[in-house]
Amino acid sequence: MNVPTMAEMMAQGKQPEVLFWVGAAGSYDDRAKKISRAFVKILQQANVDFAVLGTEETSTGDAAKRAGNEFLFQMQAMMNIEVLNGYEVKTIVTCDPHSFNTLKNEYPSLGGRYNVYHHTQFIQNLINEGRLQIDDATLKGKRVTFHDPCYLGRANEVYESPRDLIKRLGVNLTEMKRNKATALCCGAGGAQMFKDAEPGTKEINVLRTEDALETKPNIIATGCPYCNTMMTDGIKFKEKEAEVVVKDIAELIAEANNL
Amino acid sequence: MGYLPNIFFIILFVAGIGFFVMNVRKLSRNIKLGKEVDRNDNRSERWKNMAMIAIGQSKMVKRPLSGFLHIIVYLGFIIINIEVLEIIIDGIFGTHRIFQGYIGSGVYGFLIGTFEILALLVFVTVIIFWTRRNLSNIKRFLSTEMQGWSKKDGNYILYFEMVLMTLFIVMNATDTPFQEAGIGNPISQFVAPLFNGFSAATIHTIERSSWWVHIIGILLFLNYLYYSKHLHILLAFPNTYFANLNPKGQFNNLASVTNEVKLMMDSDADPYATPQEGEEEDLPEKFGASDVTDLNWVQLLNAYTCTECGRCTSSCPANLTGKKLSPRKIMMDTRDRLEEVGRNIDENKGTFKDDGKQLLNDYISPEELWACTSCNACLEECPVNIDPLSIIMDMRRYLVMEQSAAPQELNMMMTNVENNGAPWQYNQQDRLNWAKEE
Repeated sequence: MNVPTMAEMMAQGKQPEVLFWVGAAGSYDDRAKKISRAFVKILQQANVDFAVLGTEETSTGDAAKRAGNEFLFQMQAMMNIEVLNGYEVKTIVTCDPHSFNTLKNEYPSLGGRYNVYHHTQFIQNLINEGRLQIDDATLKGKRVTFHDPCYLGRANEVYESPRDLIKRLGVNLTEMKRNKATALCCGAGGAQMFKDAEPGTKEINVLRTEDALETKPNIIATGCPYCNTMMTDGIKFKEKEAEVVVKDIAELIAEANNL
Repeated sequence: MGYLPNIFFIILFVAGIGFFVMNVRKLSRNIKLGKEVDRNDNRSERWKNMAMIAIGQSKMVKRPLSGFLHIIVYLGFIIINIEVLEIIIDGIFGTHRIFQGYIGSGVYGFLIGTFEILALLVFVTVIIFWTRRNLSNIKRFLSTEMQGWSKKDGNYILYFEMVLMTLFIVMNATDTPFQEAGIGNPISQFVAPLFNGFSAATIHTIERSSWWVHIIGILLFLNYLYYSKHLHILLAFPNTYFANLNPKGQFNNLASVTNEVKLMMDSDADPYATPQEGEEEDLPEKFGASDVTDLNWVQLLNAYTCTECGRCTSSCPANLTGKKLSPRKIMMDTRDRLEEVGRNIDENKGTFKDDGKQLLNDYISPEELWACTSCNACLEECPVNIDPLSIIMDMRRYLVMEQSAAPQELNMMMTNVENNGAPWQYNQQDRLNWAKEE
């Protein structure tokens, strides 16, 4: 697939309308890479002029910051800001709520000021501007429940953009008992993704998967690569792989539009 | 002789208020042990938060049953206190129901009648609260940090309120002229017949005793606050005013780190340069928090404001899955340690003498800190905008930046970020391979 980099764009003297911040998971994790590709297909269908940093992209420092390593976070942030400002980036879109939060809220005071969008917000804008349509026939009738990523929901109060997109798929959106502001974490945030949990009675992702299974869904929709991993693992633990799939909203839209 | 009760009352009142003021000054001094943080921006937003969240109880009612019950006690507390004003004036001047003469018995009766109805509602609600705490199986009241003093404290507050409300009704029921006038006694008229067999003198003694025990009880309750979780009735207001207004996901960027990182990244900087005047006296800053004095004053205000309701803990994913972390305990530990530091200062003539203890390890264990997913559920739940997460993060910062004491897996993650710009061990040059795989 054709994914232009900022360096290539610059060589041609072009400035894309948006930078797609892929993030570490979207770049390296086999499951999350599919989300990155699905999102690129949507961007291409809507004729969005975008680019990525490619090998010039590096960790936002989110996980390091939440693990307590403020030094490493600020080193990463300043390196990224130097690159982003060098390319005169104005608008950023990302499929990772952690990158979204860090770029949007924690970079400005270090000198990185951008308009940052989560991909669900960005896709919603494309639809509102008439640049993209979602086919509501492909997935019609499926039962879908949405798991709010903490760093999209509570952290930044984005609750409606993902739900609006899901409704446009023609599916039945059913809410879990804990949703929006009271949604339960998947267990990956705060750098937990990279370590084993402390001793306890249960894994958090299993508890959250149980919340989701109570709604008897065909699809658990997410908007975060880490939530995706945790919920997918939860479904495996519950041995429900045959009945329930975990999909990012970008993947659902790409599927609906046969991309 | 006639003035003895007045004098006794004034002494009692001044002592009660004086002791309270003394403790409030200690409280204020302890809070000021925290680091400076500017929370004076955006005042209109802050006033709005205080009006909505503290005065308007907007977050309380997110749990409708306990929220509704709390509003009854909250309104009762505020409105019945108008009556306390009259009691104080009566006590000082030796008058009896002084407001009656000024506002007329109709209005007065309406007011006292309202107070009586509220007193009954508060009494019933407090009994429901006691039942919820002691007889129901509500998990957040049964956590380990709620054993011992915290459980007793919760019950003492409820007993105090039961006794005060009872005394208020009995005081009215045994006020014979007030009952005979029959205005403003919608509840006490049903209590008055209980005293029918007593002589007029006995009834009067009961009335006077109730009056005195009631006001003494109020002064005791006021002074109990400082030692209790019940301080929230005062501190909820400043706490909601000074709460963080940034998006919950935005964690502060440590300025001390920014300076060092800029120096490291600036190729023109001379690491051996002579420090500018004044700079060399600056003590090397400690990164993160290992004790209460490393936290900021709003975090310490948070600790005093916490009334241990446990909504945070009951929504914490770590706690729900049996981990040791309880955000409520983080707040309780912070307050306990702060009070210990405060007592240490009192005992050592105004200066803190190292006691070999700190908030980290002696109160809060690394196991608790590392169980947090930073999901913000605790902040979302707190009815008065307390922020346990910021304390957890400041303590993680100390563990990592001062002690290099992160869990091994996190050290590996951070090494990867440092070496190849991703939390996993992948080659930076492979970062765009995902686009070529399909």
